Amino acid sequence: MIMGLNSIIDIAGSGMSAQSVRLNTTASNIANAESAASSAETVYRGRHPVFAATYHNMLGHPNNTNLSTDGASVGVNVTGIVESDAPLQMRYEPNHPLADEQGYVFYPNVSVVEEMANMISASRSFQVNVEVMNSAKQMVQRVLSLGQ
Amino acid sequence: MAINFHQALGIYESSLRLRSQRAEILSSNLANMDTPNFKARDFDFNAALNQAMAGNSSGDMRQTQERHLPSVSGGANVGQLFYRTPTQPSIDGNTVDEHLEHAEFMANSLEFQTAFTLLNSRFKGLLSAIRGE
Repeated sequence: MIMGLNSIIDIAGSGMSAQSVRLNTTASNIANAESAASSAETVYRGRHPVFAATYHNMLGHPNNTNLSTDGASVGVNVTGIVESDAPLQMRYEPNHPLADEQGYVFYPNVSVVEEMANMISASRSFQVNVEVMNSAKQMVQRVLSLGQ
Repeated sequence: MAINFHQALGIYESSLRLRSQRAEILSSNLANMDTPNFKARDFDFNAALNQAMAGNSSGDMRQTQERHLPSVSGGANVGQLFYRTPTQPSIDGNTVDEHLEHAEFMANSLEFQTAFTLLNSRFKGLLSAIRGE
């Protein structure tokens, strides 16, 4: 039984680490929202994590079929970070030191509004995972006090 | 008077075990709240408890020979896992409703504590019977 409760802590932990990666990319996107560059190749592009479900028992214990809830405990992991291919912002600013020959400056394709929404969603999800972990901790502690 | 653990502890032992498994499944749903194409899952607690009390705790086909293949559910004691029907389908194919799962998780952990308290009182009863105080 304790085994099952411990895997809750693993699952909630995987959720927390995935959400913190998401929060990290959001922070980097917002920080670089106004980072100008002189060409489309060098300008910062919005980064977004890709989440995928991890089937713990299948990955961790390929030969173990005796686990109580096989395939039921599903954590989450970040399979990669993709750069957004949304159109870049080209602004006509001929006096800018980074302007190209035509007087254009390239700005990242980051939408600050979207990133703020992303940030709130990520921090809410993180919070939920923390709560789940706390309840699992309480449940384990209760079980350990059995018979006292 | 023969006392075995199954009789002495009654329904609470199975209940506690199933509650901890349900907590595991609900926590998977909550962890995958933002995973595209993840489908929320759950099991029918009453049916699983009835099955556990009827003595068929695994609900799986038995392997009576070593060359038998293990069943697909791999010994899931929880009976069958079902997919939750989403009330508000989302565009990324995820069917986790955060509020619903959160409420279910909280209710489940309260039920866990209830089952635990009752199981604990069974142990206390046994202990006072042994001491004969």
